[in-house]
Amino acid sequence: MKANYGYMDGSGEFYITIDTDLCIECADHGCVKACPAGMFEIIVDDYDDEVAAIKEDHRKKIKYDCGPCKPVNDRPTLPCVAGCTLGALTHSW
Amino acid sequence: MITAGIDMGSKYIKVVILKDGTVLGRAMETTGFEPVESASRCLDKAIKEAGVEMSEIDHTTSTGAGRKVAPKTDSDITDVGAAAKGVVNLEKNIQTVIDIGAEEGRGIKIEADGKVVDFAVNEKCAAGAGAFAEAMSRALEVSIDEFGQLSLKSDKAIPMNAQCAVFAESEVVSLVHAKTPKHDIARAVHDAIASRIVSMVRRVGINESVALIGGVSHNPGFVDSLKRALETEVIIPENPDYIGALGAAITASERTK
Ligand code: SF4
Ligand code: SF4
Repeated sequence: MKANYGYMDGSGEFYITIDTDLCIECADHGCVKACPAGMFEIIVDDYDDEVAAIKEDHRKKIKYDCGPCKPVNDRPTLPCVAGCTLGALTHSW
Repeated sequence: MITAGIDMGSKYIKVVILKDGTVLGRAMETTGFEPVESASRCLDKAIKEAGVEMSEIDHTTSTGAGRKVAPKTDSDITDVGAAAKGVVNLEKNIQTVIDIGAEEGRGIKIEADGKVVDFAVNEKCAAGAGAFAEAMSRALEVSIDEFGQLSLKSDKAIPMNAQCAVFAESEVVSLVHAKTPKHDIARAVHDAIASRIVSMVRRVGINESVALIGGVSHNPGFVDSLKRALETEVIIPENPDYIGALGAAITASERTK
């Protein structure tokens, strides 16, 4: 499943997409350890699979919570994307 | 086997009582300031309508924003999962579900068995949810039912430039001052909500068989705007505001087996 967490508002679309089919195969849950803002958690989804999700309290403000990882003049690989070796994560902005 | 599904929505709580796939009873209550008490009342009402006793219910599953605080529940399911299950139970060929509640919108892509393959939620933008239409109907001093009907009388598209409900409201006030007919304003509001919803749903993909659920499905003006924005027909299942509760009750049956 592609789970899009985030929102869109007048300033744009701010979604983190998690391909949860890949999470099922994931042993180390690198996203949880890699994110300095502690935005990821591992949940048991509706199909009884252990998958990554963005914590509820971050979903409406990810643009701001991810801000420190996304300086405007330089865009290194995001820690969460680097930490997810299976390539399950994408950001829309 | 008898099961119950409780949908703890931000504005309304809905309960469905299901016996072997047949709906025995349903009830709705406003959520108010005491959601747990409202949910208990709603559950009692639905049980009474179903003509059963609480002790006969084998499993209760909750869904919705307040699903973790729902009373007397054995398990829960996300709004997205419940919506998908509820829709395919009634409309087998649906591939895209648009669920619009009072304060949030969801786009869900599903497989034939009701499994969710892609979803996007917007809980932040009031301009893409039902409460915005209600607020604008109040600004025009008409009921939400009249507001929906009025919109159908308009054949004029007035684009609303504001991307935010607060600014959109001032745009509506300007239209009122400019003596724009109420029906054209109503259509402008519905078009604006539909356009925000559709751009979110495009994230998951829009197929030919689209279902609309949630309380907003009762608003014919919005449905008309949504069809125009999607450029496709929209199927509204029976009792569209109870689909989440139905999906939860179906999940409860599956979890009892
Ligand atoms: S590291 Fe990637 S694959 Fe593993 S749980 Fe996190 S998002 Fe899923
Ligand atoms: S960009 Fe930074 S803050 Fe945002 S999810 Fe990734 S690691 Fe966490």
